[in-house]
Amino acid sequence: MTRATVQEGPSGGPSLDELLALYGTMVLIRAFDQRFATLVLKGTFSGTGHLYVGQEAVAAGVCAALGADDYVTSTHRGHGHCLAKGVDPNEMMAELFGKATGTCKGKGGSMHIADFRRGMLGANGIVGAGLPIACGAGLTAKLTRSGRVAVAFFGDGASNIGAFHESLNLAAVWKLPVVFVCENNRYGEATPVEYALSAEHVSDRAAGYRMPGMLADGQDVLDVYAKASDAVAHARAGDGPVLLECETYRYFGHFVGDQGRYRSADEVEWFRSRDCVVRCAEHLKERHGVAEKRLEEIAAEAERRLDDAVAFAESSPLPDTAQIVADVYSEVRR
Amino acid sequence: MTGERAISVREAITEALAGEMRRDPRVFLMGEDVAGGAGRDAEGLTEAWGGAFAEYKGLYKEFGAERVLDTPISEMGYLGAAVGAAITGMRPVAELMFADFIGVCLDQLMNQAAFARYMSGGRVNVPMTLLTHVGAGVGMAAQHSKMLYSFFTHIPGLKVVAPSSAYHAKGLLTAAIRDDDPVVVCVHKLLLGQSEHVPEELYEFPIGKARIARPGRDVTLIGAALTTSVCLKAATALEADGVDAEVVDLLSLSPLDEETVLASVRRTGRAVVVDEGFPRCGLAADVAALISMRAFDDLDGPVKTVTAPHAPVPFSRPLEVAFMPDAAKVRSAALEGL
Repeated sequence: MTRATVQEGPSGGPSLDELLALYGTMVLIRAFDQRFATLVLKGTFSGTGHLYVGQEAVAAGVCAALGADDYVTSTHRGHGHCLAKGVDPNEMMAELFGKATGTCKGKGGSMHIADFRRGMLGANGIVGAGLPIACGAGLTAKLTRSGRVAVAFFGDGASNIGAFHESLNLAAVWKLPVVFVCENNRYGEATPVEYALSAEHVSDRAAGYRMPGMLADGQDVLDVYAKASDAVAHARAGDGPVLLECETYRYFGHFVGDQGRYRSADEVEWFRSRDCVVRCAEHLKERHGVAEKRLEEIAAEAERRLDDAVAFAESSPLPDTAQIVADVYSEVRR
Repeated sequence: MTGERAISVREAITEALAGEMRRDPRVFLMGEDVAGGAGRDAEGLTEAWGGAFAEYKGLYKEFGAERVLDTPISEMGYLGAAVGAAITGMRPVAELMFADFIGVCLDQLMNQAAFARYMSGGRVNVPMTLLTHVGAGVGMAAQHSKMLYSFFTHIPGLKVVAPSSAYHAKGLLTAAIRDDDPVVVCVHKLLLGQSEHVPEELYEFPIGKARIARPGRDVTLIGAALTTSVCLKAATALEADGVDAEVVDLLSLSPLDEETVLASVRRTGRAVVVDEGFPRCGLAADVAALISMRAFDDLDGPVKTVTAPHAPVPFSRPLEVAFMPDAAKVRSAALEGL
């Protein structure tokens, strides 16, 4: 098994405030999905979902390198991307509950959360489908000379689907300002990456499209942030797309309810020993003298926000059944 | 200039695109060889094709490589890019050379373009046009000849139009580009060279409106795209049988102008639905069911359909000709119902 090495961020890395923000984002994402899992297992609402727990450094580090106007396309495992891009936890939680106050009025659910005001162009239930859409957002940026950048998040599994290859080629030949961020969490559903991927690293595939391929320790938010910042700067400068692979791990199964019997306890334990939240906390304490109490306050604040989000979702109305045929088209049909 | 200039469907498409691109900087065209010879401006080799059917001649010269964008052979990639551009403020026209190619990129149309609005609770529009070529009759066999308008019509969130002439091609394509929803414009290859009077100015023909192509009292013949002209020929032939046929040209399949269809059938009491598509779960079956459910009491006989058989489009010329609905089949169906 290929294991990433821990790498230092560049000199002149993030300020303490930026670090605390990165830490806060990761803590909020983890708390959100842990709360979500509890609610799913209690049967609070219909359906299931895909937990981002373990991968928080990727969403936090990449989105911190973006501006509010930049675009993101996401995946079925998208809660972390949404939160990192600034989507309101209340509206997200209400969406998971299927409530009328949700980000999508209860019509999208976990796999389709979108918030266009924040450049969040949508989670997606179809593996790889966000990559061509990110190319389109990048095309808009290029044609309008807006200076915006589009990021497509996707997993190792998506790097084997045609849409990935078409998108990388298209972005390269059109020199689009797109950063393709592969979250290699080592499994496409229950299939290990080394079985399904012909290359050693997903990022090796960048060479075939004549774009830079970068490899980051996806369990180290500083490394992700540093490399994402370089990739975004490259794209924003008009130098074309970048493929950034972040080696990470999901601590739980593919979906809430999956027991994860395709991997060993030792393996899970090894990756958990490199936890992105713990490592960031240690960095804050050791390098910046941040007190444990301050970190506990950040965690407590995240829990309070989620208490509010759940209360908001619980107290929100369900959509009226007349809503079934609303929003299909942009105007009311005859 | 005469007031009654005639142009072809091909030229009507060029005019609609050029007019909208002049009017609205957000509109751009992309597809395979919509210019041709991409990147070879210095050698004077660009715009070698102007589209596989030469509908885009002159657009590259006027609007340049940023707005007349040749794509790699990469339908999933550029159809998805059209979705992404549409949800971020542009109004792309993506050209799919043959509708049959939807097989390699259907996800971006069916799951992304069609549903982005609904799945987001109406918080985004997808103002893109998919301009594509449909239908048999050009000797290209099963993978380049399907009439797929029913396939697109099945999907909520998409609008689907099928012009039958140059006037409607220009008006419907203009309306499609201005529409805030994804619209699939199905252009029959055999119509491209057909000419009629078309105004020079830009105009919209409303999506969701059918038209009476010929008034009549005894039977309603219902067609779309190429089968409208088949119905008109059959109506002329039926005059010899003493039958006065009305022809309804559907033009839009989604939304369907149910009221125009039903009003006509209520007047005539009889209907023949003519559809080049496959018979199962298709346009003819759909419109026949509509009439049976909503105008049963006004019918003087069963609704008839004339469709392609449940078979892929064959290559050999006599087989292909026999595959397609024609005026003789429509006339027979109309007479059987009397």
